[in-house]
Amino acid sequence: MTTSAASAQQAAVRERPSTGLWRDAWGRLLKNRLAILGLFLVITLIFLGVFGPLLAPYPYSQQDLKAVLAGGHGPLPPGSPGHILGTDQLGRDLLSRLLDGARISVSVAFVVQVVIILIGVPIGALAGWFGGRTDNFLMRFTDIIYAFPDLLFIILLSVAFRETVFGQALDGLLLVFVAIGITSWVTVARLVRGQMLALKETEFVEAARAIGVSDRKIVTRHLLPNGMGPIIVAITLGIPAAILAEATLAYIGIGVQPPRASWGSLIAEGQKFIRSEPHLVTFPAIAIALALIGFTFLGDGLRDALDPKLKGKQ
Amino acid sequence: MISYLARRILWIIPVLFAVSIITFFLMHAVPGGPWDAEKRLPANVQARLNAQYGLDKPLYEQYIQWAGGFVTGDLGPSYRSRDRRVNDIIGDGIAVTFQLGIMAFALSVVVGIPLGIFAALGHNRWPDYLSTSISIIGIATPSFVLAILLIVVFSIGLGWFPTGGWKGPQYWVLPTVALAGFPIAVIARYTRASMLEVTRKDYIRTAQSKGIGGRAVVSRHMIRNALIPVVTILGPTLAFLVTGSFIIETIFSVPGIGRFYVSAISQRDYSLLMAMTILYAFTVAFLNVVVDVLYAYIDPRIRYS
Amino acid sequence: MSGADDTMTEPDAPSIIEVSPDDARRVQTPTEPRAESGHKADKLLTVRNLSTHFFTPDGVVQAVDDVSFELGYGETLGLVGESGCGKSVTALSIARLVPNPPGRIVAGEVIFDGIDVLKMNDDEMRHLRGKEIGFIFQDPLTSLNPTLTIGYQIAESIRQHMGLSSAAAKDRVAELLGKVGIPRAKDRLNDYPHQFSGGMRQRVMIAIALACDPKLILADEPTTALDVTIQAQILELIERLSDEFHTAVLMITHDLGIAAGMCDRVNVMYAGRIVETATVDELFERPRMPYAWGLLDSLPRLDDVRGDRLRTIEGLPPLLIQPPDACRFEPRCRFARDICREDEPELTQRGDSHYARCWATQPDGWIP
Repeated sequence: MTTSAASAQQAAVRERPSTGLWRDAWGRLLKNRLAILGLFLVITLIFLGVFGPLLAPYPYSQQDLKAVLAGGHGPLPPGSPGHILGTDQLGRDLLSRLLDGARISVSVAFVVQVVIILIGVPIGALAGWFGGRTDNFLMRFTDIIYAFPDLLFIILLSVAFRETVFGQALDGLLLVFVAIGITSWVTVARLVRGQMLALKETEFVEAARAIGVSDRKIVTRHLLPNGMGPIIVAITLGIPAAILAEATLAYIGIGVQPPRASWGSLIAEGQKFIRSEPHLVTFPAIAIALALIGFTFLGDGLRDALDPKLKGKQ
Repeated sequence: MISYLARRILWIIPVLFAVSIITFFLMHAVPGGPWDAEKRLPANVQARLNAQYGLDKPLYEQYIQWAGGFVTGDLGPSYRSRDRRVNDIIGDGIAVTFQLGIMAFALSVVVGIPLGIFAALGHNRWPDYLSTSISIIGIATPSFVLAILLIVVFSIGLGWFPTGGWKGPQYWVLPTVALAGFPIAVIARYTRASMLEVTRKDYIRTAQSKGIGGRAVVSRHMIRNALIPVVTILGPTLAFLVTGSFIIETIFSVPGIGRFYVSAISQRDYSLLMAMTILYAFTVAFLNVVVDVLYAYIDPRIRYS
Repeated sequence: MSGADDTMTEPDAPSIIEVSPDDARRVQTPTEPRAESGHKADKLLTVRNLSTHFFTPDGVVQAVDDVSFELGYGETLGLVGESGCGKSVTALSIARLVPNPPGRIVAGEVIFDGIDVLKMNDDEMRHLRGKEIGFIFQDPLTSLNPTLTIGYQIAESIRQHMGLSSAAAKDRVAELLGKVGIPRAKDRLNDYPHQFSGGMRQRVMIAIALACDPKLILADEPTTALDVTIQAQILELIERLSDEFHTAVLMITHDLGIAAGMCDRVNVMYAGRIVETATVDELFERPRMPYAWGLLDSLPRLDDVRGDRLRTIEGLPPLLIQPPDACRFEPRCRFARDICREDEPELTQRGDSHYARCWATQPDGWIP
């Protein structure tokens, strides 16, 4: 073997490549097939949610009564001319309404999480950082919120403020988002608090303090980035719960106002026709299922990818 | 341990107190009154009714009046069914709601945990795929969708079970399954994940190094350790069952108290609403204490001081 | 030599029911002639050409590559090397405890007390583990089941292998706890692992290892997770008990100081291979391999001057995926020459039962 070939081969006996935490995690995530599926579903949902109304063949509230009457007074089945997925009994195109539902679900997913972050992170951070009486007080406060049966509380809030300006905003959606967010921030707050407690005692915080870095800087520059992992996972896994809550509320008629088409309200409207025109229920149900599956798989994948215990294991 | 228990249970009281205050004021923030749903009543009749029920008093006075009654066990008059007291309404339905909840919980645990163990032991083979598929269906299907599905297939389609009511055991099946679907999936996934984690633990290797056989390793060493984290999600599971039951009760016309919740809000039945909210909150809080005690019982490292 | 097949499963939880279903190439071997004094063979443990590979999505990691050594009855042998050199996997392979997937013994033979371990069936393996071979693992906190009492965990193997009644087993457990130096043993039978300190927990592990009077103890870095002050006690305990019961010990460690104190012979491992083997005295007096020099040199000495830098071996050990046919230590070796890059040296004799794997220190090499 020539020396150059030998050196090349020797170079192949390379040292272990070192990567950062996020690169490692991203690599692990990409190897997880279910997570890729989840990511794909999530991206599709977001795309449809954002661009849906532009892609929809009809406005979601437009009624095509002529076609309905021509077809025999009931909802039109899938495959009808001009309506790929059929219509409801008022002639409104199901595909277009599903896309509106996608928009609603995407909004739920993200706005609720923003509310959760805005409330939960500061409370958790404060409780964890200051400890002592602040911690005690804040944790007692979370106990009370946590004790509220959440769905019931959301309904109460939604109905209570339904007639107000706030309640009418975004066709009733803003109220729902905020209500869901108010009942769901406790988990994130506890997580942030836990991370803060754990990291507060570590040596690099001592070192930063010794150099004279201010408390606020320590929290924002050092602690939060390191503790982000479980929080990201919790937020991702909290999205299915929010979507589910909104769908359930819509089903019983709370939250989004007609004629907007949350998937939950589509199911409520369509269940009368379940035996003759099941497409009115099955398509929204499938949509909900795909959204829930997508975020759950993605959340699982993120959790596995960011798990520090797996780092460096063969 | 006893003092910890006592403290936890006593702590429920101020929490319920806070819950009742928040609910009371939120409730009265809803515009309108209990008489709106009826045929338009003349103003003086409304005023007389308001006075009779004390609704013309300032809010804090009304709250005190309610709280006083509550503490002595009097839950107040129902505003929608004016000849009945809330105590009676709840008394009628609570056993049914309770029964549905217990059955759903039992089903969740009895199916969910073994399903998760089964999946973990057959990791990456067919038991895993089967169990994971069932779990996926469970988490992807909201309870009301599952309920509709079950009715269409098993009730209307196959005629095995009735669509609604609560007149005998065959009426129990569909509502229980619809309610338990989601918890089964969550518990199974959690158990599976926990078992897989336990499999990687060093003490399993130690057990194997002692020459302990496979089956004994699983039952003696794995299951108990794997169930510890699973106990922590029983609390939220119970909370879900408590709050989610009202949808199932509505869909299946189950004569419990859950079906009154939404109508209590829309009809402004203040006393009923207060009673139900406190009841639910208490149930969830109490069950959480029970779960924590169970947790300490299973894990010898936890000893509450 | 890799023996990889096409059905690579993902690195995953070890199969729970059967630890190491082994379908490696099995080499026929005549049993060793019976020796005197009840020993069934000449040597307690003979390892020949053992190779254990891990089948990962990134490639086949050859963690243990063609390793051979012998261990006599009652002898203490050290297996020394840095992290990742394959010493733990070697020990696990002897008892077929390598997690599968992703690991598998792909070649070689392990003869224990005259019997071929790699050919044993499940029942024989379960008898071997615990009864004939005892394990002491590195981290006693994670190696003990937190939800079972220590009394139960020690008695488990006693009841499994020695068929004693639970009362008799209890007595034996108390006796063992006394032997490993846990005070008030009888009172502590129902305590849980978290109620003990680190050193005490390791004593419990030792009690478990010795419970059924095994012929061999595999001690995998038994003191690495402990305080320095406790380390000496534990090592002394292991040494005393192995002498008392005439138990052979395979002591795995990265610390040459420990090897010096306890072992009769030492095998130095690097990158999955044995690179030097000698008696303790020989190795410390006349090491014949640059890696061994580096290891010895890196030990802090009493006459070191404060403020000097610690001496290290530059570089990192190689990845063990498709190692080339060359000396594996070459990238970090000051004395390397072309031949080191082109051809891997064999283990050649350097003295009385002293072998080393190095071109430079061979009789015809460039280092006298």
